[in-house]
Amino acid sequence: MSFHPNDVARRARMSSMALAIGFVLLIGAFFKTQVIQHKQYVMQSEENRLRPIPLPAPRGIIYDRHGQVIAENLPAYSVSITAPSVDSLRSALAQLAPTLQLGQNDINNAIRRYRRAPTRPTVILPDATIDIVSVLEEHRLDFPRLIIQSVPKRYYPDGPSVASFVGYTGEITESDLNDPKYASYKPGQQIGKAGLEKQYEPILHGKEGVRFDEVDARGRPVRGEGPRPDLNPEGAPPLYTNIDLDLQKFTVGIFADSLQGGAIAIDPTTGEVLALYSAPSWDPNKFTGGIPVEYYKQLLEDKRRPLVNKVIQGTYPPGSTWKLATSLIGLQEGVVGLKEHMPVPCTGGYQFGNRYFRCWEKKGHGSLDLQHAITHSCDVYFYQLGLKIGLARFIAGGIKLTMRDKSGIDLPEENQARWPYSKDYYDKKYGPRGWSNAETLNLAIGQGSNSQTVVNMAKLYSAFAAKGQAPRPEIAHLVPQRKEIFRLTAQQDSVVLEGLKAVLEAGGTAGASAIQGLTLAGKTGTAQNTGGADHGWFVGFAPADHPKIVVAVLLEFGLHGSRAAHIASAIIGHYLKVGPIKAVMDEG
Amino acid sequence: MSRPIVSDFRLLAAAGILSLFGVAMVYSAGQTDTPTAVAILYKSQILWLLIGLGVAYAVGHSSVRFIEWMTTPLFLFSIFLLGLTLVIGKGAGTAASTKSWLAIGSHRIGQPSEIAKVTVVLMLAKVLSNHRETPKSLLDLWKPALVVGIPWAIIMLQPDLGTGIVFIGIFFAMLYWAGVSWPLLILLASPAISLVLSFSVGLWGAWFFVLLALVLWYRPYLIEGIVLMVLNVATGVVAPMMWEKLAPYQQNRLKVFIDPSSDPRASGYHVIQSKVAIGSGGWFGKGFTLGTQKRLAFLPEQHTDFIFSVVGEELGFLGVTIVLALFLWLFLRITKIAERANDSFSSLVAFGLMSGWFVHVLVNVGMTLNLMPITGIPLPFFSYGGSFMLASWLAVGILMRISGEGRGSALSLRR
Repeated sequence: MSFHPNDVARRARMSSMALAIGFVLLIGAFFKTQVIQHKQYVMQSEENRLRPIPLPAPRGIIYDRHGQVIAENLPAYSVSITAPSVDSLRSALAQLAPTLQLGQNDINNAIRRYRRAPTRPTVILPDATIDIVSVLEEHRLDFPRLIIQSVPKRYYPDGPSVASFVGYTGEITESDLNDPKYASYKPGQQIGKAGLEKQYEPILHGKEGVRFDEVDARGRPVRGEGPRPDLNPEGAPPLYTNIDLDLQKFTVGIFADSLQGGAIAIDPTTGEVLALYSAPSWDPNKFTGGIPVEYYKQLLEDKRRPLVNKVIQGTYPPGSTWKLATSLIGLQEGVVGLKEHMPVPCTGGYQFGNRYFRCWEKKGHGSLDLQHAITHSCDVYFYQLGLKIGLARFIAGGIKLTMRDKSGIDLPEENQARWPYSKDYYDKKYGPRGWSNAETLNLAIGQGSNSQTVVNMAKLYSAFAAKGQAPRPEIAHLVPQRKEIFRLTAQQDSVVLEGLKAVLEAGGTAGASAIQGLTLAGKTGTAQNTGGADHGWFVGFAPADHPKIVVAVLLEFGLHGSRAAHIASAIIGHYLKVGPIKAVMDEG
Repeated sequence: MSRPIVSDFRLLAAAGILSLFGVAMVYSAGQTDTPTAVAILYKSQILWLLIGLGVAYAVGHSSVRFIEWMTTPLFLFSIFLLGLTLVIGKGAGTAASTKSWLAIGSHRIGQPSEIAKVTVVLMLAKVLSNHRETPKSLLDLWKPALVVGIPWAIIMLQPDLGTGIVFIGIFFAMLYWAGVSWPLLILLASPAISLVLSFSVGLWGAWFFVLLALVLWYRPYLIEGIVLMVLNVATGVVAPMMWEKLAPYQQNRLKVFIDPSSDPRASGYHVIQSKVAIGSGGWFGKGFTLGTQKRLAFLPEQHTDFIFSVVGEELGFLGVTIVLALFLWLFLRITKIAERANDSFSSLVAFGLMSGWFVHVLVNVGMTLNLMPITGIPLPFFSYGGSFMLASWLAVGILMRISGEGRGSALSLRR
């Protein structure tokens, strides 16, 4: 071995250098990690130890036009849990199931929410009872990852009375989450599911806040107070609506339990919807935080179809209420003079080709002018008016009156009215030779290929009440929109108006619904129903000369319009505070 | 003859400051939000330090000749203890399935491999210093290879990859210090290098040509050259091919057998948390005992394998630099001692002990930044552990003695 001092000194120099290089490299590596990449690791360390707990924002309160509450928020408790993996979530849920009374469905839902957003606390019970919460609080130490939170819960003080337009809220679904419209939403959040709640979701939902809990490696919270300041949730601004809650509740009240149908009241000058009710209704409070299976089944199986909104979703042949439209088209097209009588007087029916079309009045009306034809709703007159207009012009006229469109009411569920787009419609439907001009006769009296929503008819009468200016029906207080759909001369207008007024006078089809000291105008209707008893219509407004309210009522299986007229006149009387009101529920 | 209590103040200062620093970090490692058994370990660490100081004092007052005389029996005794672990050994901590601990019942006494690190250095020094000629051929190295090979084999059977690496590091460092030429060292290491490079055919091919050139230039015995090349082919080509043939679960078993802490999920998590702890420390750290990663139990083994991560998190880059500078100071000082030692045995012992520590520091500190594989190897003077503290201070005592008897020392001047 060579241990000459020179050799040893050389090796010592080499070794010292190697040592120094080794340490410099190490220090360099630490410099890179601790100084250059410092921020990135600080972030990771924060992510490690800070568990963000979302704080749901209270939804915007919905008010009626007088500041009465339609929808508000009550405190409720939600139970959620954080889990590092699906397996760990499963075992935690299995442990919790007896305490929380979780069904297989709840467990599946929780796992689904977890898979969507594993870093977010997974909601197990969106609305836990106080009993469950108190039991959980006792066992808090056994379940360190459990989060019990006070959350705002939607509440509708008048429940079923407002369900028809306010809708309800519920947990966002899987398909909603895939919708780009809900891109910023997270599983477990509550969203508007129907009605105003859905329509104005972007306004109503508010901004979720965050609280930061410091947790250890096992997810156990270690400190009460947050190590980082909370981001408080921002509540949404209130939503002011045009609804008159008092009138709404009155409307609900006069629909007896046995009646089914819908009613809407509109201010024709602005399009403001004052009341909207579909009977029978349902309780939106029961829908909040998950629809109970039993209740939902009961609603689905109800033959009166409470889940179908009869004002905006149900479409019905408008019957005689359509004669206003026929008159308007005839006058616009200039095919009928104001004092003109039709060639064939009414003898209880009208022979067209080889078919005999009946008038509803078997005795016949004799020879009438337009005003009286409207008042007496003479079918024979309108058959001939329809023929004078001609099918093509008639269809085009209906389209111009926007009766083929939605009314544009600010509710997401509205169905489109049914009205032919042109004569081709019949060619397509029945074949070029499969139909005859008799269709014109049907359309002229509001039957045939014509099916309207209640809100659409209310819009038509509102347009007449506003001299041709059709307002967009609006529940929320936004900027009114109008569109001129026809224009009448003063004389034309007054002839039609007089005809409608007389409907609610002695001898008119709704004469029994007249109100002392108030001039009403309107039209009854009977929608022929192949599946059962006919539906009864009434659409009208008051005061007739300066209309402040338009009401459209449809009673399913109501046979004819007189009962609908009773309801409408009661709503009008209540709103205009005119009385005494004649026996409202009198079987007329 | 009266001897000064402290013969090498700088050596003592470096080791002492590192130990006190280490005890403070063990204390901090115990300060977690959810208290664990680690909280009180700093007390036993202090106790072990005091015992270690006593041992160092005693050894410091013996003589190098006495130590040399004791070397063979001590070496044989430590081999015996190591052998015993294979029979009655117990695991601990992350390496619970291994047998590196001697235990009576469930009470663990100590890790013989820590003591063996010192005795192997002594024995190797003795064997190498008895060589008259500088080894020219690999066959000349059979004796030193045996001295390291026997305890190394036992340790790999425990299995304890980390300690095995330390032994190999010590072996090569001491051969270098003994004057074995570079080419011979490379030839010696070539099968291992082949194994490491075997993952890439190109790299291994290049290495093989370098090796061939080296063999032709160095001209070892023919047989030796052939065996060497065959070994390289075996480790670089055949071993990976056989490895590929194994089913994944068999590969995992082998991996875990060679290195119990190689569970990829667990160790991956450990290293990430360690890097996060160190990186989030920044320039000056989060403050002593205030590291959140450690406090909230994200950092695993924070009092043993990953204690340096606590340094990085709580004391920042500044603390890391100070600790590493202290280690460098200690190692340079020991290199000096080795250089000035009176005889080849002393010189080799000093350099061997230093190189052992250096491998520890390099692997342990590198591991916290994911620069080195996780092998569960402790940081000298820092990591909690009685045997290692004792062995380290035993080494300090030996170094004090060597330094005291070396050239330029107060002691040698007085002679």
